[in-house]
Order: sequence, then C-alpha cells, then structure tokens
Amino acid sequence: MLGYILKRAISLTVSLCLASIIIFSVVEIAPGDPASFMLGINAQEDTIAALRAELGLDQDKLSRYFSWVSGMIKGDFGTSYTYRSPVSDMIKERIWVSLPLALYALLISTFIAFPAGIYAATQRGKAGDAAVMGATQFGIAIPNFWFAMILVVIFALKLRWFSAGGFVEWENGILLSLKSLTLPAIALALPQASILSRVMRSALIETLSEDYIRTARAKGFGKKAVIWRHALRNALIPVLTIIGLQFSFLMAGAIIIEQVFFLPGLGRLVFQAITQRDLIVVESVVMLLVFAVITVNFIVDVAYAVVDPRLRRRV
Amino acid sequence: MFQSKKIIAAGAFALFAGAGLSLSAQSDITVAMQLEPPHLDPTSAAAGAIDSVLYSNVFEGLTRFASDGSIIAGLAESWDISGDGTVYTFKLRSGVNFHDGSLMDANDVKFSLDRARAEDSTNAQKALFSGITDVAVVDNTTVKVSLDKPNGSFLFNMAWGDAVIVAPESIEGIKNNPVGTGAFTFKNWVQGDRIELSRNPNYWGAKPALENVTFKFISDPTAAFAAVMAQDVDVFTGFPAPENLPQFEADPRFQVLEGSTEGETILSTNNKMPPLDNVKVRKAIAHAIDRQAIIDGAMFGYGTPIGTHFAPHNPDYVDLTGNSNYDPKLSKKLLAEAGLSDGFTTTLKLPPPSYARRGGEIIASQLRAVGIETEISNLEWAQWLEQVFRGKDYGLTIVSHTEPMDIGIYARPDYYFQYDNPEFQSLMTELNGTTDPAKRSSMLKKAQRIISDDYVNGYLFELAFTTVANAKVRGLWKNAPTQATDLTGVSWAD
Repeated sequence: MLGYILKRAISLTVSLCLASIIIFSVVEIAPGDPASFMLGINAQEDTIAALRAELGLDQDKLSRYFSWVSGMIKGDFGTSYTYRSPVSDMIKERIWVSLPLALYALLISTFIAFPAGIYAATQRGKAGDAAVMGATQFGIAIPNFWFAMILVVIFALKLRWFSAGGFVEWENGILLSLKSLTLPAIALALPQASILSRVMRSALIETLSEDYIRTARAKGFGKKAVIWRHALRNALIPVLTIIGLQFSFLMAGAIIIEQVFFLPGLGRLVFQAITQRDLIVVESVVMLLVFAVITVNFIVDVAYAVVDPRLRRRV
Repeated sequence: MFQSKKIIAAGAFALFAGAGLSLSAQSDITVAMQLEPPHLDPTSAAAGAIDSVLYSNVFEGLTRFASDGSIIAGLAESWDISGDGTVYTFKLRSGVNFHDGSLMDANDVKFSLDRARAEDSTNAQKALFSGITDVAVVDNTTVKVSLDKPNGSFLFNMAWGDAVIVAPESIEGIKNNPVGTGAFTFKNWVQGDRIELSRNPNYWGAKPALENVTFKFISDPTAAFAAVMAQDVDVFTGFPAPENLPQFEADPRFQVLEGSTEGETILSTNNKMPPLDNVKVRKAIAHAIDRQAIIDGAMFGYGTPIGTHFAPHNPDYVDLTGNSNYDPKLSKKLLAEAGLSDGFTTTLKLPPPSYARRGGEIIASQLRAVGIETEISNLEWAQWLEQVFRGKDYGLTIVSHTEPMDIGIYARPDYYFQYDNPEFQSLMTELNGTTDPAKRSSMLKKAQRIISDDYVNGYLFELAFTTVANAKVRGLWKNAPTQATDLTGVSWAD
C-alpha cells in the first residue's frame, strides 16, 4: 500500500513539473509584450524599457521560470503586471465567486438529473422516456452562453425577478449572493444535467438487468423497492465518476458564463489577463487549476486502492 | 444531502424574495463602461479606462479639458507666459488639499512633472513633458516651468490625464489607492467588478450633486444591453452595441447621447511597403473606399466621415473628404497608371474593436471590387502592438487614433505608417514653436491638406461616442474630448 502511494506521489510531482514547464513556455511564446501593451501607442522606447525593468521582464526566461516556481512552492504566486497586486490575493478574492458558482451548478444539475434519469429508466421505451431523452438531447445541443442570454431576457428583462448580471458579495447576505448566482448556475447546469440524466438512465437500466435484481424481484420485492434499495446504489458509481469529471468542466465553462453575467470570478480574471498579457496571472491561475485537477486525481487513485484491494496488489 | 437541500430551498426562496432591488437614493449613481482600469495610476499607463474613471473626478492637473474640448484652468488658477514663449509661470489655487488631508502646493507640482519626465519614468505620454528643462518652485503657490523651445500646445499637454498632479506622500500606493485633489475620493475597488467613489467634502470647487458613484465594468456587448435594459446601471458610457441604440431611443426610460470623440478611425497604410509606397496606389485605395457604407455597415450609422487626420468638431478642421471621394473607376485607372492593372495582394491586420473587425470586412470587399485582394488576419491588441505597431509587419490595418490633436504623429518617420515628408516635419516643428492662435490655425489647416494630398492613410470616420443613460440623469458629457467621465456636474432630475 505504501509503495503504491509513493509511486502515485512521484507521478504527481512529475506531472506538476511538466505542467509548469508547458504552461510557462506556452504563455511566454504567445506574441505580445505586457509593457508595451500597458503603455500604448504613444510610449517612447525608453519608457517601455523602464517598465520592463520594473516588472522584471528584462531578466532571462530561465531565471524568471525558476523564480516563478520557487515562489509558488512558498505560496507566493507573484505580483500581477497590470493590477500590481499579489496574484494569490486576487485568486483568493475570485475563488469565492467561481467555486460557489460551480458547486451551485453542480447541485442544480444533480437535482435535475437524478429524478429525470430514474424516471426515464423506469419508463424505458415509453413516452416518458422519449420525452426525457428528447429534452436532454436539446439540453446538450444548446450552447450555454446562448441559454444564458435567453434566461436574462426572460427573468431579468421581462419578469424582472433577477438582475441582468453582477455579483452581490457574501457580506451582503448569503441569499442575495445566491440569488445573483442563480441564473448563471442554471445556465451552466443545463448541459451538465442533460449529460448526467443520460448517464443515470443507462446506468440504472444496466443495473436493472443484473441477476441480483431478478432475484430480488423473485423474492417478492415491488418494482419501486428494488429500484430504491438495490439498483440505485449500484448505479451511482458511474454517475459519481461523471459528477467528479463535470466539476472541472463547470470551472472552465464559467469563463464564458462569467462574461455574460459580468461576474468577478476566476474565469473573468484569466480572460482579462490573457488580453492584457498579464502573463504571471495567466500562468499562476492555470497552474492552480492543474494542481487542483492532478491532486483530486491523486486522491481518487488512493481512494480506489483503499476500496479495492486488487488495485494495490497489481502495482 | 440535507445541507444541499437547504441551499436549493434557499435558492428557490431567493427566486421570489427580492424583485426590484435597484432602489438607490437619488444622489447615488452607477456608471458602467466596457473596460476595467488595469490599475489606478493615470500617470503610468496608456489605458483610457483609468482616465475614464479618475480624470477630473479624483485627479486634476494644472489645466483641464472642458466638455467642449477647450482648455480651462485646473489646479493652476492663472498663468503667465514669457515673451519668448519658453517660461510658464503657474499661479496655483491656494487651500487645495489632497484627499489624505495634505496640502497641494508647488512642491507637488514640481514632483509630478519631474517624475513624469525622469529617466526611469513609466509615463505612457512622456513626450508631453519632453520639452521641459526645469521646474522651479518660486513659492508655495507659484511654479515656474522652463521649456527648451516655445511650445504652443504646452497648456493643452498639461490638461492630459497623464499630467495630473500627484503627491509624493501617496505615490507608493497610487496604483491601488489613488489620492488626488478632485471632487470625489476613492473608496473601494472590487477588482473585476467595480470601483466606488464618494463625494469629497473638502473639495475646493463647486460641490458635486452626487454622493456615491459606482463604476461597473461590463465588457460583453450583450451583457451591456441587458444591464441597461434591466436598469441595473444608470449610465453606460461608450455603449458597445450601436445596433441596440434605436431601441433605447424609443424607450422613454432612457436617453441616448451621441457625441464626438478624438478618435480618427483610419485605414493605416504601410508607406514603405511596395506597392503601397506609391502615392498613386494609396490614392487608388482611398477612392475605392465608400466611407458611408462602412459607417452604416460597421457602426450602424454612428460616425462622421473624415478626409484627413483631424477631428471634425475642431474649429480648425478642413473637410477634405472630397479629396478621396468614392470613385472605383478612378481607382482602377490609378492602379493601371501605377502598372498594377491586374491589382495586387496585401495584408489587412485587424485589432479587436468592432469598427476594425466589421469595417475590415467591408473594406476588403470594396478593395476587391477594384482588384486589390487583402489577406485578413484578426489580432489581439498585444499582438497588434508587436506585429503592426512596433514590427511594422503589415500592409493595411484599421485603428482609431484616440489621442486628441495627434496630427504630429505624421512628423515621425519611424511611426508605424512610416510616412517621411520633410515638408510636413518642418511644418510641425514650426507649429510647436508658434503660440499665435491665427498662425497656428492656418498651419494646422495646411498640415491636414498635406497628409490628405499624400494619401498617407485611408481616412474613414471620426468615432462616435454614445452614452445610454436613465432619462432623469442630467449633466453628462455628450462628447469625449478626452477619455473622461466627468461626474462633477452630474445630477438627478426632480
């Protein structure tokens, strides 16, 4: 077991190192100089040089890479070129928008997908099944930014139940904050809910054809009881895997949705940083996301090994 | 599971709880704009968004732009110019305080000007200060600025946002906590979302009617439309979706202000790249362009045609659009004279704004009609600056030059369109040394004619400045003589 964890930990470290090299090089070779972007078209050459020196851009790439990495290990993500404030502070501020938004969307998607998937599975081949499948097809096909605009038109412009966008900070009341995240979360959740409903349906259908279900039915359990007591639990395994995967999709999808609803989240930060060539912000935020994904995978790997002893032995 | 149920319940509750929240006191205002300032120091970045928030509201200079673009007194209440035009003695207003309570005096002026022209200065418009040889403090309220030669636009230069007066005590934190002398003090900046200002109770001038000001940043044009329609914001300056303006005009809840800017939108041409180095070819391009079609197609009718690099609302403007009227036949003839009767191919590199992206498509088709093929590539600003502006690796590009009174750029042979005309250069030198208004006026007119006759660039239109606002808001600037959202005179009706 220990050997297995060690091996996984080494692979985690190697992945992180590789990711940092790839991120740094890709961002650095993108054309455009942050200093000349900031100073615009009337700037004199000596002014641009002065700003480059102030930002530390005059150092060579290798030493900038190492100071970036060593800073990150110490928890220092550097200072934004444009905002001139510490990147870690900016991330901390923004994550309180993006993370709750992703979780909110995940909840909505789960709460839509579970009943829809279960219903479709029990109605397999009937009209109810066809209706759910048709609706999910629609949900997957609709781009979420377009759906977001439709939500704004209906709920903000016509009914005036919601603001057209913007975020109310948590200090002003959790309900108000959640309200301001509701339309974006619904827009984000729709495609995910559709995918999840389909997964839920097929997982349940597959489980329902297992021998032990037939046995349970033979023992005299009603159809509902079989679904709730036996089938659902076993069908949940693939569904939970998909939910885990969807979380990173939700974080990424937020880049567009945050634009449509002008939310001050991580997605908007990265978007602005890219256009302004605020390289250090782009590098650090992307690295943080990569770190999150790799670490989650590591934990999942270890968890699998704990649950399933066969995995341990195989290594 | 239980907890998540609770959150959903909370969400559902929120759904019905607070309809119509936008009740704000009538002394508060929310102003939206597209771009967020990168930081809050107008003296060390080119970003117009910084001035859009802070100019005149938080920071003031010795002189300033009035809403009609004229130069009026700012922190200097008066000035004397020496007979030879090289020494400006500014008399400062007395009793002006910075927002941190410290007194604004001659030392602050000296500090600000010296900082801007220093060797390690990061002022984006350092050229504005290049003629200054010395800044001397005469007494607390008197500053003497010496120039190497007479400069007729010196007072104009001092009105720029890049020349505002800052204090040495607060310069360290200026990028996140700007301390100026203006009618509003900086309160809060939620990055990515908004900047809040509040009334400066100790302001030296007329007290503003507004108490609290919130600037909100909404970059997406569709989101901008929705935010105004839902009345989440009271004012949107530089509204990014001209196609939606008629809808606001028809709605009694809103007013639409259509004003002018200092943005000459031009088809910039690489004057050193064959065959564009041939004036006949450039003339052919100019005659191939139907300006009105571009204004209608790309800007939904908002914009004024121009025939030279000068703002039409300026009293010295000469209408030279006839010099390059839409005449495809003449255009083809000129190409044939230049030995290019089969046409040619060049690049058309387009930065992100819609005037460039939409306008570029239209220009490409107009040029194709006379036999000129363009390879369009869409660039981000950072790329554009590197490839086109600094690298001069382009044939044609479309860009709006938004700096006020910037015809002087044609005197710089290393500028990205690489126009090198000694006659024009000496005219500009002469202009800079002239302070007599009548003489300056005739020189400016001559300058406009020279670049129009040389067909340096394709002159398209003056960018319009459109503001959508709540119908009850009074006192907004209609025009944008500089990038500013001056709220000192803004109030609510009733």
